[in-house]
Amino acid sequence: MTSAPLLSATGLDKAYGPTPALAGADFALRAGEVVAVMGPSGSGKSTLLHCLAGIVRPDAGTITYDGRELTALSDGARSALRRTDFGFVFQFGQLVPELTCVENVALPLRLNGEKRKAAEARAVEWLARLEVDDLAGKRPGEISGGQGQRVAVARALVTAPRVIFADEPTGALDSLNGERVMRLLTDASRDTGAAVVLVTHEARVAAYSDREVVVRDGSVRDTEWAA
Amino acid sequence: MSLGTWARDLTLGARFAVTGGRSGLLRTLLTATGVGFGVALLLLAASFPNMLFQREVREAVRAVDGSEQVTSPRPDSFLHLGRPTVYRDQAISGLLLQPEGDAPPVPPGASSFPETGGMLVSPALGELLDSPEGALLKKRLPYEVVGTIGPAGLIGPAELRYVAHVDFLNADNLDGRGTRYGWSVPEEPMNAFLILLVVVACVVLLLPVLVFVATAVRFGGEQRDRRLAALRLIGADTAMTRRIAAGESLASALLGLLVGLGLFAAARQFAGTFTIWDVNAYPADVVPMTGLAVLVLAVVPVASVVVTLFALRGVVIEPLGVVRTSTPRRRRLWWRLLLLAAGTAFLVPLIGDVQISQTSIDSLSVAAGTTLVLVGLTTLLPWLVEAGVKRLRGGPVAWQLAVRRLQLSSGTAARAVSGIVVAATGAIALQMLFQAMETQFTQYSGEDTSRAQIALGFDAGNADDARGKIDRVRRTEGVSGVIGVVESHVWRPGPLKQGEEFSPMVALRVGDCASLGEFATLPSCTDGDVFVFLAHGKQGNPDDAFVTKAVRPGAMVALSDPHPHPSSPKGAKGAPAQWRVPADARTVDSRPDPTGMYEYGVLATPKALAGAVLDDPRAQVMVRLDPAVPDAADLVRNTADAIDPTAWVRTLKDTERDAAFSSVRTGILVGSTLTMLLVAASLLVATLEQLRDRKRLLSSLVAFGTRRSTLSWSVLWQTAVPIVLGLVLAVAGGLGLGVVLLKMGGQQVQDWWGFLPVVGIGLGLIATVTLLSMPVLWRLMRADGLRTE
Amino acid sequence: MSIGHTLLGLLESGPRHGYDLKRAFDEKFGQDRPLHYGQVYSTMSRLLKNGLVVVDGIEAGGGPERKRYAITEAGITDVAQWLATPEKPEPYLQSTLYTKVVLALLTGRGAAEILDTQRAEHLRLMRELTRRKRDGDLADQLICDHALFHLEADLRWLELTAARLDALAEEIRR
Repeated sequence: MTSAPLLSATGLDKAYGPTPALAGADFALRAGEVVAVMGPSGSGKSTLLHCLAGIVRPDAGTITYDGRELTALSDGARSALRRTDFGFVFQFGQLVPELTCVENVALPLRLNGEKRKAAEARAVEWLARLEVDDLAGKRPGEISGGQGQRVAVARALVTAPRVIFADEPTGALDSLNGERVMRLLTDASRDTGAAVVLVTHEARVAAYSDREVVVRDGSVRDTEWAA
Repeated sequence: MSLGTWARDLTLGARFAVTGGRSGLLRTLLTATGVGFGVALLLLAASFPNMLFQREVREAVRAVDGSEQVTSPRPDSFLHLGRPTVYRDQAISGLLLQPEGDAPPVPPGASSFPETGGMLVSPALGELLDSPEGALLKKRLPYEVVGTIGPAGLIGPAELRYVAHVDFLNADNLDGRGTRYGWSVPEEPMNAFLILLVVVACVVLLLPVLVFVATAVRFGGEQRDRRLAALRLIGADTAMTRRIAAGESLASALLGLLVGLGLFAAARQFAGTFTIWDVNAYPADVVPMTGLAVLVLAVVPVASVVVTLFALRGVVIEPLGVVRTSTPRRRRLWWRLLLLAAGTAFLVPLIGDVQISQTSIDSLSVAAGTTLVLVGLTTLLPWLVEAGVKRLRGGPVAWQLAVRRLQLSSGTAARAVSGIVVAATGAIALQMLFQAMETQFTQYSGEDTSRAQIALGFDAGNADDARGKIDRVRRTEGVSGVIGVVESHVWRPGPLKQGEEFSPMVALRVGDCASLGEFATLPSCTDGDVFVFLAHGKQGNPDDAFVTKAVRPGAMVALSDPHPHPSSPKGAKGAPAQWRVPADARTVDSRPDPTGMYEYGVLATPKALAGAVLDDPRAQVMVRLDPAVPDAADLVRNTADAIDPTAWVRTLKDTERDAAFSSVRTGILVGSTLTMLLVAASLLVATLEQLRDRKRLLSSLVAFGTRRSTLSWSVLWQTAVPIVLGLVLAVAGGLGLGVVLLKMGGQQVQDWWGFLPVVGIGLGLIATVTLLSMPVLWRLMRADGLRTE
Repeated sequence: MSIGHTLLGLLESGPRHGYDLKRAFDEKFGQDRPLHYGQVYSTMSRLLKNGLVVVDGIEAGGGPERKRYAITEAGITDVAQWLATPEKPEPYLQSTLYTKVVLALLTGRGAAEILDTQRAEHLRLMRELTRRKRDGDLADQLICDHALFHLEADLRWLELTAARLDALAEEIRR
């Protein structure tokens, strides 16, 4: 607990309609660490991730990223931050079905205004790193779920983000593919120094993290930081 | 396959259509509404021939029977004169009656014969006369309203008509003498060009409706496919799912038929309140032709089943989901071109074949050719979209997303847009035809409204009387200038020559120099001058020798017919008065008068003919109106009627015809706009459906920072690319078709840019569809889509 | 499993006689292995000696089973410490965990905390196994996976039990 956290949140409240998803949740993430967010379904894990990533604005509480207060930023500024500093991997349905794998991976770079050629060259490098470079020209509909998740991981890493948000990245995969995706994800993030917020309900997946926090009834039990 | 299985599966499908949960019901209602609108339109179109026929029947029934010649007054005979007029650009039909006995037949639609000075009016005219707007008209029709004309005497409920009992009809001004109403007049021959227009309009406006009906039965197809997959899971085979799908569409289509019948029944109630192309009908007259109606009622359900089965062709419904054959066969070009070629083959031989005066054209060939061309263009679109999109690469992210999407499923987009192609192509071709017709008609009449706007003619007892009438017109409020001449004739005096049946005769016009200058090019003119003016055979006029036979400078002419027809009441007046044409009278060239006619004969200033007694003089007046005075035209018409209720009145800027033209133009635009709106609706539904299907994807795109504008632009491009391609095709096809149709009637293209409004509408559609899908897009872009339930 | 802590925990809700303790223990945790009176006697005397319980009273007739025991402050602290200490992750530890969860519920403590503590401990081991698996050969991977799956199964069972007991406790409270 020597360094200041890269991303921290205090007292987050968020309700969808009458149901509270988060109630006074606290969280902290140091640069480069992999933190698993665990908890039963409906406990608010995903909502916590959405708030931390600036996708959803919490009803109350503050989120600080790299010295900036995320909650005070405009929608556009938060979008820009997500493009440059964050990467995302979801359970499924995140690849654009019409685009080829390499185009999918290049998409975040292109959203940042990078030229198509350069973007796709870097995308191919990342596909190779995730051992799916042979799929570059294929469309998501033509590859397996495990391959798709690896493409998604490549897409999350291609912008060299400082934080990767992974929401049940192995949820739709079998054990073997799940292990492989997790290994590639954590290896790559450690290599690049990216921190990972890993939402999962599986202990075996969480075991790839450096530490875990548990979300229960909308509040976070941080086993290490609370101590 | 037994009939029972079919029936079972179709019924099952029909049950799904109504019990498929909220989304299933929505889909059914959407389809039914779409089909309903289509059916209603088709039924209305099927009623059109009947409507026109009923109009003719009504017109014939109320006309005075002219087949019977009544030569002398009888107790039941009456004199009649048709007396139409125009009031503020509205045409009013009128009939003046003068009974000769005490038992004249009651005019159709009336309950009794009005007393002298009494007038029966149609409800619409009655309303107009009672309203402040009718005040001026009231002055023109100085009769007392004593009753109403019922439907039996009217063509449509909105017709403006009056029937008046008058006492001033005589042998000189009547249309005829009759004893009864109703005869079968021959069908008024319709101008060939007009038929061409009608045929093309029918094809053009109805094809998109069919396209729309075909699109409508596919609404929500993807959801339905998923439901079918679930059926496969519980044991249905492929054939069975197809039958169930067909049953589902059938149910929606049948519901659509009911909706359509309802809409039709409602719409025909309004038939009387709209006047399109001068047509306005009683609801009872709006009855679809039995054959066509049966065809519509049969074709729509059958088409729905066929379209569904056709749409499922490229789809394999597996128990665990729907597989679209990922690489569909490449679209072939040849048969699409073949259709176009076949259509052209029908049309091209007709080039130059249609004469304006002809009243019958080979409408079957025109309809077949036009249909084939339009269908060919429509089928060309999917190929064009596929071929066009295939080459598109690069560009910004929004563009890339849209293009890639189109590359994967160009068929869906093309199908939705195909209606636009038909509607736009047709509208452009119609527009061109119409413009040619409009220009041609105004050129034909040659009326020059910059010189005068209304022409009037009055019978007069003598020259002074005629001049008085001219002055009365001149003094009317709103008249800024008058071209007025007293018109009569001069004859060659002396005995008839060999082979002559009557004495050579030409017209004589007496008026001031300014007025005379409107008939011929005068080098100079002072009072006392006389001119002989020649038309040189223009406009089918007799050649100049005919004129010089009757009149030459220095020659003596008779001022009345030296050899009147024995039966003429003006016969035997003794030797006619004579007048010498001055020897210094100049011979000049005729020029078109404001009505566009080349006249010929003698022009004389008043001093040259002072004191001469003219035979049967008429006052011919052409009036220039003061545009600053509202209702100037109606004030003049009122004066004319006040001078003589049988006066000849003609509006030069033929407003009646202009109104008809602009209503056609509006009709074309409204029709194609409506069709395009239908198309836009189906396009919107497709876009929304697609967006909803990709809720998760959209949310995840937002998660990694995709701008809202990027996705909005992508939706715009996705809509715009096929529509723009469609419009390009439509402009090319429409111009081509228009040129061929014009050449048929030997016409020239008047305005190559007439397609711009149609293109404008198309571009408007892109904007509309994009804008309307924005709220849904933005709602879906919220992070809710990421939540896993 | 610690019989002493279990008996202490049972005393938290109020003083009990020796035979009461045995009956309660057998009912809740004994299943196929009921306690002997001797076990109760020796355990209780050890607890007495350590000052974790006191004798609250003796019924006429004497005998160790006739003594009424009550928990002391030190005893309560001891129970709390015990509950808060995660068990060493190993296969088939469910009986101890189960005992802890039930006791936590009985003594008004949250089962979730026990679960979280235990999960942290399990994960610590699982992380180690995962690391070993990544660096090791196929044999290492297979062995580690075996352990990982078992540990995961433990946690899942625990989570399920806790969820069920929570529901049960709510029902009892109602």
